[in-house]
Amino acid sequence: MAEVGLKNVKKSYGGMQVIHGIDCAIKDGEFMVLVGPSGCGKSTLLRMIAGLEEISAGEISIDGRVVNDVEPKDRDIAMVFQNYALYPHMSVYDNMAYGLRIRGLSKAEIDERVNKAAGILQLQELLQRKPRQLSGGQRQRVAMGRAIVRDPKVFLFDEPLSNLDAKLRVQMRVEIKQLQNRLGTTAVYVTHDQVEAMTLADRLVVMNAGVAEQIGAPLEVYAKPASLFVAGFIGSPAMNFLAGKISGDGRAVELAGGARVALADGRFASSAGRKVTLGVRPEHLVQDGAGTAAHFQLAIELVETLGADTLLHGRIDGKGDGLIVRVDGATMVKSGQTLALHAPPGALHLFDGETGKRLSD
Amino acid sequence: MRKVGFNNKLLPYLLIAPQIAITAIFFYWPASQAVWQSFLIQDAFGTRTEFVWFENYEVLFKDPTYFNAFIVTVVFSTAVAALSLGIALLLAVQADKQIHGSGPYKTLLMWPYAVAPAVAGVLWLFLFQPSLGVLAKLLRSMGVDWNPLLNGNHAMILVIIAATWKQISYNFLFFLAGLQSIPKSLIEAAAIDGASPMRRFWTVIFPLLSPTAFFLLVVNVVYVFFDTFGIIDAVTHGGPAKATETLVFKVFQDGRLGGDLGGSAAQSVILMFMVIALTAIQFKYIERKVHY
Ligand SMILES: Nc1ncnc2c1ncn2[C@@H]1O[C@H](COP(=O)(O)OP(=O)(O)OP(=O)(O)O)[C@@H](O)[C@H]1O
Ligand SMILES: [Mg+2]
Repeated sequence: MAEVGLKNVKKSYGGMQVIHGIDCAIKDGEFMVLVGPSGCGKSTLLRMIAGLEEISAGEISIDGRVVNDVEPKDRDIAMVFQNYALYPHMSVYDNMAYGLRIRGLSKAEIDERVNKAAGILQLQELLQRKPRQLSGGQRQRVAMGRAIVRDPKVFLFDEPLSNLDAKLRVQMRVEIKQLQNRLGTTAVYVTHDQVEAMTLADRLVVMNAGVAEQIGAPLEVYAKPASLFVAGFIGSPAMNFLAGKISGDGRAVELAGGARVALADGRFASSAGRKVTLGVRPEHLVQDGAGTAAHFQLAIELVETLGADTLLHGRIDGKGDGLIVRVDGATMVKSGQTLALHAPPGALHLFDGETGKRLSD
Repeated sequence: MRKVGFNNKLLPYLLIAPQIAITAIFFYWPASQAVWQSFLIQDAFGTRTEFVWFENYEVLFKDPTYFNAFIVTVVFSTAVAALSLGIALLLAVQADKQIHGSGPYKTLLMWPYAVAPAVAGVLWLFLFQPSLGVLAKLLRSMGVDWNPLLNGNHAMILVIIAATWKQISYNFLFFLAGLQSIPKSLIEAAAIDGASPMRRFWTVIFPLLSPTAFFLLVVNVVYVFFDTFGIIDAVTHGGPAKATETLVFKVFQDGRLGGDLGGSAAQSVILMFMVIALTAIQFKYIERKVHY
């Protein structure tokens, strides 16, 4: 177990910089998830921690020791690859024992460790099989087993579930989380799937184009996204965005379409006229009841029934910006209907119109 | 698997007919001729032919020069196979380090480099030619009495080098393709598991290359058995004193030059069975050993 520190870590390939200075302190035993769209540099960052990629600038430390110039094998980490990278010519047992043999452990100790890991991962029956004789989920478990027998300081995962079908992915996700809880080993986990990120992480790093846009606990990131990018990336379906500007009295946002959405307080009085983007999550828009003034008349164009809830896609006044609303699955709405919607002040997110940075707290 | 049927009953046979015809004309017919010939003894003028069952074979197995040819072939093929496979593997590993993961485009760039040596192979013969060759002169100036025309060992070394050189590029391409198909993450996993580069090679890379290596071994042995006839004929004529007379060269020597058609045919039949055996072993092995 160990903490992992990243200090202004940068990476360039030739002249092209792909990681632009990332700072992050991963605590001992923490499950840290790196999440972001394809090509944002998650794998590159993880591979730098593993020692598989050179660190162009900055410093990476594991358990207090700077590892910039330390070989992967001496970093005391274990990695689970997207394609599992099991040795195809070795049995499951040998796959797990390989690293232990190299480390010169005694036969008895290797046996004990492999059997223990096999017990945890329910692989006892499969120890003599070759990887090609296993299903995707079983291979995934063997890859996990190979990581845990080593009892490393840090687990590194690079999209380990992306080759599995949806159901198995959910099941393995739970298993990984339980396993990490039980072992208490620090873990860094890369994924582009925000649901996986939210469910697994103690904290997550939301990355975009080589920059850490926000680092925080899942609910914190969900409740207070630091930027337009994070707001749009975390949460499904994505947050609704509406362009507008701060009203003259600073107590509301005047939308391009003419609607006026009240803010919680008058803190923005000094920035009257400022261009902003207003964000509100689909699940936070409420149908207009008695007493609240409706902000939008939403003409429903498409109804997606998911069972537990229903997603309504529509346009403001039938011609303006598109909005998505999440309502209870029991609600009976048809396309073509018009819905009066209200955006409660407490559920509003305000972002700078130019920089995309969060303005509201 | 989906089965595709032919509506016309005759069509499938027509489609394979050319292949069958070619195989029949160029393999089955000469092969059966060889078997038939090997049971016959002709007198020197070709006037009388006698059917003698296995007498040709019996004579052959008692013939010390046949035994000599067998030993020469074993030495020659072991040396050529070991050298050409070893050198090709070494080169392929080095090349793979430079181009791994850089896509098929860069790999294609390797081809001319890989094929050129085969074309240049014949150069070796000039370089080592005793009276004119540059390398021969160099060797002599270093005090080595280089003379493949008289010294059997020198002759053997010369044909080994020439035969090896021609084969390296072929082996290289197969090894390189094999190395390229090994996922990079496998090597990385082994590195994280703590394996040194050497250990990674012998415990991960080499076992995964072994089907390729075995395939090449068989191909190379077949090559050495048969295709080196041209080299030996051009360079040493099997000499000096039969030091480079391989089995296939002896077939030619005894049949064409010695006029012993029956004995020569018997030798061909034996060679044919060796190749069939090698090929059969290879198919069995490859079926068993494919990893993915
Ligand atoms: N070896 C390399 N040479 C040059 N550029 C590279 C190399 N490896 C990665 N890159 C670039 O670095 C950037 C980040 O790549 P990386 O693999 O880290 O993305 P990722 O976030 O893991 O994406 P994905 O979700 O698709 O796996 C990409 O723009 C990629 O093109
Ligand atoms: Mg990646």
